[in-house]
Amino acid sequence: MQVCDLLSWWSEVQMGPPDPILGVSEAYKRDTNSKKINLGVGAYRDDQGKPYVLSCVRKAEAQIAAKKLDKEYLAIGGLGDFTKACAKLALGDDNEVIKSGRNITVQTISGTGSLRIGANFLSRFHTEARDVYLPKPSWGNHTPIFKDAGMQLKAYTYYDPKTCGFDFQGALNDISKIPEKSVIMLHACAHNPTGVDPRPEQWKEIADLKRNLLVFFDMAYQGFASGDIDRDAWAVRYFIEQGHNIVLSQSFAKNMGLYGERVGGFTVVCKDAEEANRVESQLKILIRPIYSNPPMNGARIAATILNTPDLYKEWLGEVHGMANRIITMRELLVANLKKEGSTRNWKHVIDQIGMFCFTGLKPEQVERLTKEFSVYMTKDGRISMAGVTSGNVGYLAQGIHAVTK
Amino acid sequence: MSLFGEVPQATPVAVFKLSNDFKEDANPKKVNLGVGAYRTDEGQPWVLPVVKKVEKIIVADNSLNHEYLAILGLPEFRSSASKIALGEDSPAIQENRVGAVQCLGGTGALKMGAEFLRRWYNGNDNTKTPVYVSAPTWENHNAVFSNAGFEDIRPYKYWDAEKRGLDLDGFLGDLESAPKHSIFVLHACAHNPTGTDPTHVEWMQVAEVMKRRKLFVFFDSAYQGFASGCLDKDAWAVRYFVTQGFEMFCAQSFSKNFGLYNERVGNLTIVARDSDNLKRVLSQMEKIVRVTWSNPPSQGARLVAITLNTPELFAEWKDNVKTMADRVLLMRASLQAKLQALETPGTWDHITQQIGMFSFTGLNPKQVEYMIKERSIYLMASGRINMCGLTTKNIDYVAESIHETVVNVQ
Repeated sequence: MQVCDLLSWWSEVQMGPPDPILGVSEAYKRDTNSKKINLGVGAYRDDQGKPYVLSCVRKAEAQIAAKKLDKEYLAIGGLGDFTKACAKLALGDDNEVIKSGRNITVQTISGTGSLRIGANFLSRFHTEARDVYLPKPSWGNHTPIFKDAGMQLKAYTYYDPKTCGFDFQGALNDISKIPEKSVIMLHACAHNPTGVDPRPEQWKEIADLKRNLLVFFDMAYQGFASGDIDRDAWAVRYFIEQGHNIVLSQSFAKNMGLYGERVGGFTVVCKDAEEANRVESQLKILIRPIYSNPPMNGARIAATILNTPDLYKEWLGEVHGMANRIITMRELLVANLKKEGSTRNWKHVIDQIGMFCFTGLKPEQVERLTKEFSVYMTKDGRISMAGVTSGNVGYLAQGIHAVTK
Repeated sequence: MSLFGEVPQATPVAVFKLSNDFKEDANPKKVNLGVGAYRTDEGQPWVLPVVKKVEKIIVADNSLNHEYLAILGLPEFRSSASKIALGEDSPAIQENRVGAVQCLGGTGALKMGAEFLRRWYNGNDNTKTPVYVSAPTWENHNAVFSNAGFEDIRPYKYWDAEKRGLDLDGFLGDLESAPKHSIFVLHACAHNPTGTDPTHVEWMQVAEVMKRRKLFVFFDSAYQGFASGCLDKDAWAVRYFVTQGFEMFCAQSFSKNFGLYNERVGNLTIVARDSDNLKRVLSQMEKIVRVTWSNPPSQGARLVAITLNTPELFAEWKDNVKTMADRVLLMRASLQAKLQALETPGTWDHITQQIGMFSFTGLNPKQVEYMIKERSIYLMASGRINMCGLTTKNIDYVAESIHETVVNVQ
């Protein structure tokens, strides 16, 4: 074999650091301790700690298989049956936005893909402002996505570490100072990583505060937070009612358990149908050089569920079931911590909502929990409640108590 | 006032607009020779028999679920896909210097490669590195690289319209005059849109110049197996370049050869100098994947992995691929024979000399317009036709239409 050159093209390529969230799962996999617990990635587990394939998903798959469909390319914007249903799910069947055709909803590569398309779209067309304001803290991947798309990241106060709750006044203060036309990211429900959501009356005040911010909702947990689809979408719908023409990212990874199928949607609420048309044409131009058109499998499953009444009903029940199990685990964890003798205030574990809990643990405590107890979680103290089971909650409480007493 | 008041209406992507126009045409004799997807002799999409079989296997396997794949994708898919491109016994694979990133189709693989090169090749974030794409090339190549940030995308001479073949001298000339370290996007086989591939000897000449001038090799392999009907034959160029010691990328698509178009199954194969360089490259690829789609879709990759890793299924797949390639070859031979029989002015040997799904007919834009408007035969403005759109039932109509067009329209 001849060599072109003694040096490699890649000699100067640095080793990239492991992903802070996905890296946790990888470390967990390497651990040989039989008591190990993975509370890293937000993927739902049943009470046996196993991945849960929804029954409505299996049924939808069987229905789809029987239809013997072809595998022709989808349109750039994705499967029509999916995108229509996706918008309806978020905005409500009777929403005036949908009726007037002033939204454009495209199928995306789950939530990440949706945020990325959104970021690219804003970067290209929202030229009056480059700043995206994220809540402090936010999902770890928000920052690199927007940065890579050419936007600048700023933050507004959100989480109060003293109460492990929402710093409402702090948020209002910061948001009121955000320059006009800036983009503000709001987590529609089940805030990631804190699990802390504003109450409806607090959402109302936020919506009223600044009229001329571009609101970007990230809704990755619709149904998963309270167990109720409409309740979880309340903030999104309220903002639109109040006249905010929002952009919205949706994921079906968690609420339909379709993680690896990459099912998501990106919606732009426009002034009217004509504008929606123009925006759609530009979204296609953005999508085509990334992956041409989206994957069919997951979208078809989601569309089948959303558009088939008894499957839809079954789905609502299953989402409710998953949310309930999480709520039960929250209660069990607190009860077990008390049993261990912990005197700390763990009320926030129950008050927080959705898949994640911001325990309030400090990085050193997290490190101990991982090293000494093989409990895997992110350094910020976030745990995925979905990884907690009635079988491991006692051990978890032991560990948490041990590092916090 | 809307924030998006100034957003202009974008022109639609040509190939998809063509399909739309075809759909709306009421002429019962209409023929779609546009989009690059395989069709049976009944003009229908074809889900490969092996694919149907494997889908049943997947559905029946209760141990499978819909969990996230790793950022770089399904390991058994990545390694088996790379083996397809480089060969089972590739020394580079044995030397542990081949890696891969599962991507969304061939487009996604090109995208990941482009993003990586912009960040890490020829300096850091060097957006000025020239990227050369063939003249003509797949219309999305340009956009993939420019969206990745490259500012200087240039054509390299490739198609000789007059002689209806490869402009080798022009190609070699552009390789010689390209700035060092320029990136060249090469079509591994079945060049899109011309169907014209370099011969082995010509590839060797290309490789020699690229090595000497330190040009980066980026193969686009969207039709392996589809061109000649033989996987190894279609991979000759890619494998030759590996033996020449290049560090290179190969963007693979399984859309056509597996008929998995809408499942978005692609693989970026990376050949590095050694495993240490490879490791660092892959770690940086992860960062790019994470901010684009986090992790790739599982269904299609699982399907391909099961097929490639199960001997009887692998054999069946190769057979299915040969079926498709053979039908295309038959249509080429038929069309050429009919045009000769009609004594259509011009020479039509290029139809059987060209390879793969596409043929560059040589029809000019006016002639193309005539074909569409007067005959309801839809083809790209470049004169590119998809051979898969031809069937034993429509080939006479198409041949007669080409004849009429060439005679009446100049």
